[in-house]
Amino acid sequence: MNQKFNVIGKPLPKVDAASRVTGQAVYADDMLLPRTLHCRILRSPHPHARIVSIDTSAAKRIPGVQAVITGADLPVKFGILPVTQDERALEHEKVRYVGDPIAAVAATDEEIAAAACDAITVEYEVLEPVMSIDAALAAPKDERIQDYGGPNNIHKLVALEFGDVDGGFARADFVREDVFFFQGNTHLPMEQHSAIATYVDGKVTLWSSTQVVHYVHRALAKVLELPMNRVRVIGAAHGGGFGGKTDPFAHEIIVGKLAMITGRPVKCTLTREEVFYAHRGRHPVLMWVRTGVTKDGRITAMHFKSALDGGAYGSYGVASTFYTGALQTVTYDIPAYRFEGCRVFTNKPPCGPKRGHGTPQPRFAIELHLEKIAHDLGIESVELKRRNFVKPMTRTVNWLRVTSCGLEECTERVMTASGYLTRERRPGRGMGFAISSYLSGAGTAIYWNDMPHSEVQIKVDRGGVTAYCGAMDIGQGSDSVLAAVVAEELGLQPKDVRLVTADTDTTPIDLGSYSSRVTFMAGNAALEAARKMRALLVEAVEASGRRFDEVTFEEASVLAEARFGTLTSAGSYTPPNIAGPYKGSGVGPSPAYSYSACVVDLDADRRTGLLHINKVWIAHDVGRAINPLLVEGQVEGSVYMGLGEALMEEQTFRKGLHKWPSMLEYKSPTFLDMPEVATFIVETNDPEGPYGAKEAGQGPLLPVIPAVSAAVFDALGVWVDEVPITPEKIVEALRRKDKGEMPRYGPQGFPDIPYPPTIKVEPPPKELDRAAPAAI
Amino acid sequence: MRASPADYARLDLRREVERPVDRQVLALDVNGERRELLLPVHKTLLEVLREDMQLTGTKHGCELGECGTCTVLIDGKPELSCLLLPIQVEGRAITTIEGLASGSQLHPLQQAFAELGAAQCGYCSPGILLASKSLLETNSRPARHEIREALAGNLCRCTGYTKILEAVELAAGRMR
Repeated sequence: MNQKFNVIGKPLPKVDAASRVTGQAVYADDMLLPRTLHCRILRSPHPHARIVSIDTSAAKRIPGVQAVITGADLPVKFGILPVTQDERALEHEKVRYVGDPIAAVAATDEEIAAAACDAITVEYEVLEPVMSIDAALAAPKDERIQDYGGPNNIHKLVALEFGDVDGGFARADFVREDVFFFQGNTHLPMEQHSAIATYVDGKVTLWSSTQVVHYVHRALAKVLELPMNRVRVIGAAHGGGFGGKTDPFAHEIIVGKLAMITGRPVKCTLTREEVFYAHRGRHPVLMWVRTGVTKDGRITAMHFKSALDGGAYGSYGVASTFYTGALQTVTYDIPAYRFEGCRVFTNKPPCGPKRGHGTPQPRFAIELHLEKIAHDLGIESVELKRRNFVKPMTRTVNWLRVTSCGLEECTERVMTASGYLTRERRPGRGMGFAISSYLSGAGTAIYWNDMPHSEVQIKVDRGGVTAYCGAMDIGQGSDSVLAAVVAEELGLQPKDVRLVTADTDTTPIDLGSYSSRVTFMAGNAALEAARKMRALLVEAVEASGRRFDEVTFEEASVLAEARFGTLTSAGSYTPPNIAGPYKGSGVGPSPAYSYSACVVDLDADRRTGLLHINKVWIAHDVGRAINPLLVEGQVEGSVYMGLGEALMEEQTFRKGLHKWPSMLEYKSPTFLDMPEVATFIVETNDPEGPYGAKEAGQGPLLPVIPAVSAAVFDALGVWVDEVPITPEKIVEALRRKDKGEMPRYGPQGFPDIPYPPTIKVEPPPKELDRAAPAAI
Repeated sequence: MRASPADYARLDLRREVERPVDRQVLALDVNGERRELLLPVHKTLLEVLREDMQLTGTKHGCELGECGTCTVLIDGKPELSCLLLPIQVEGRAITTIEGLASGSQLHPLQQAFAELGAAQCGYCSPGILLASKSLLETNSRPARHEIREALAGNLCRCTGYTKILEAVELAAGRMR
């Protein structure tokens, strides 16, 4: 920690701050190219139906309509994961949720395009919709939603066991079982999805509001049946993602196809209602957990079961399923662990990744479960959790490699600041504590290969520096991280570095803004490229008989360009190969894990069940804050989003229709709801992160939700084992308590699921606990 | 080629496409510039600003008056441009985000938002900046709860609002 930095660690404004506050940043829907046509998409009004016929003839005759396409024009299937290529840009055989796209129109204005969609006649054979986990597990009344997976409407089943679970339970002095439910919710980015495509010189160019230009590039090439080199995807200025723009979407492919047909630019911006149906948000997850502990609270074994309501398509669902079981072991030392997961298809918008991808639900469950165990044993829950904290430089029983780990320090910070342990106990006032961990990037790529996950090129000429990287800044500040790293190494300020990012033609690859991977991976790639460039500059300056720190950057660059010709350097980052030796081990490994601890203080009204959050204390182990201002922003935004999920946000359906597909009805926290947040940045200097940095964008969301529920118990003596923790659930739990029943609101049981035979995995040998970084 | 009415699938659709669109010439005063435009009377101020005047700094989040993203100032007061028709604001002073800075000199609010990281994705920022400007013009020393109240109609999904509150307070201090 004795390194001296000029840029790293300074709370500098984002490099694009001025354009964001002046209205100059160009978002996808702000683009209007000459002769642009506008696209609208006809979507299914039925949650489950066969398409008997589609008649577009009347729509095609409407003046101003330039093209109408259906599924027959885009028959190739796609999907974010190679194992679930189950979507079509336009469905022509069957629809699986209200909102499934069926036809698309390009017209001279949006109103004409919408009218033309209305003029398309679709004949449906309506099928019985499957709207719940239980219904999906049962034999379908009509037919299955998808023609793969199974039995019934099961999409994915997994059963893994690490270590001797039965032996662990036998050793336990105390065993407890609980059931939890986490309702689905959605990302609600302020910017609706939008994309505009051109077809010029035989090449498709797409500007889109996406988090993953690379995967959109792949999907476009596949479905449009063009070589990758005839497709270019550029990330427009981004109006918020949170995981909601991490899949390739139908509208992105549709505008590409319509541009190819019409020879004109075609733009499609989803309505807010369409965004709710596009979704890919938080899976509703039912969870069952059994844990054995010794009488002093040490975990001896854990068995965790999850059932995910996946919606109609695969999306990231296979990964989401594994994630509901993967990271329990990264915070608590669990010597024997069994995980059984199940994802089902239902006739709802597909679920996918939202901030924390598949891990906030089990984090809610495991944190509350341990609270209850501590309560049963009469041990202070903070103490019980602490006794089980993982240690730095260890391997978990499911082979996950833990390097830097600031759990202890994070806990200490929030304990001290909040006064949790010495809090005043009185009815109606409560504090809750929880911890969490998250990946700093997935250790394996979506398409398994040996290539880097992130690459950066640097060009220096006549004093100017440009860094090129495929990374997509979605508002979190990844451009600012790139600029900071390059500037630090070259002795400049971030504003001196020009950036070209998120353009599949001009930038080397970065896999995208998901799994909290950009700072770690693009940061490391930038570091390598910048150090190589610095070496060139230093060599040229020293050859001229001077020292690098005696000359200006301009002088150094002129000397180096004269000596070496064109000045370029490149760096890349490939995560270490640390996945365990078992099927399914690809989900969970990360080059580093962030850690968080949180205390929530609230008032709870036992008459109305209303909660008022007084204050949140949160400490986050980010490894090193490359820019503390941006880290704080990520932490505060995570707390906010966690509170929204804890208190009010839910994506639920009635007869296939979203109950509240508008920003008024889908409740999210406003300025009036947001409490004061005390943020503590903990720096553990990760051995492999750039300057020691880890992630900040997702992990801090996780502990907030269980901390709210724990605080409700502290205040009122009732458990709400279900998210969101709404007033009516609290009142119902209090009613049960007053009647002498279990003082609890939550699911009553867990269904029988036909899990496959358990794959038994030996825990990693002790010598894998690492002495040196990158040892496997 | 114009289709015959019988070809249309539905009568209401025919009305939608064939209805005569009333257009009016309106003079709008936006950011101190007066522009005369021939506009369909049903087009919202939001659409006219973005599509007819290329003032794309004004964003849209719902187009139903729910999120505050499209906030502009009408005679200095925050209004939702998605719920206004241009004919309602003819002759009145309209300020959009493009009118907040003086040339390339940022307004103190913009400066504070940039310095404190109050804009992450920046999509809600234009509306929040303009609502904040209106607040500070009537209340140069707002308490935090007054800022919350003034901005309660503007949603932001990135920041958790904290840095926005701090930025408004910083700008208010600098402007006094």
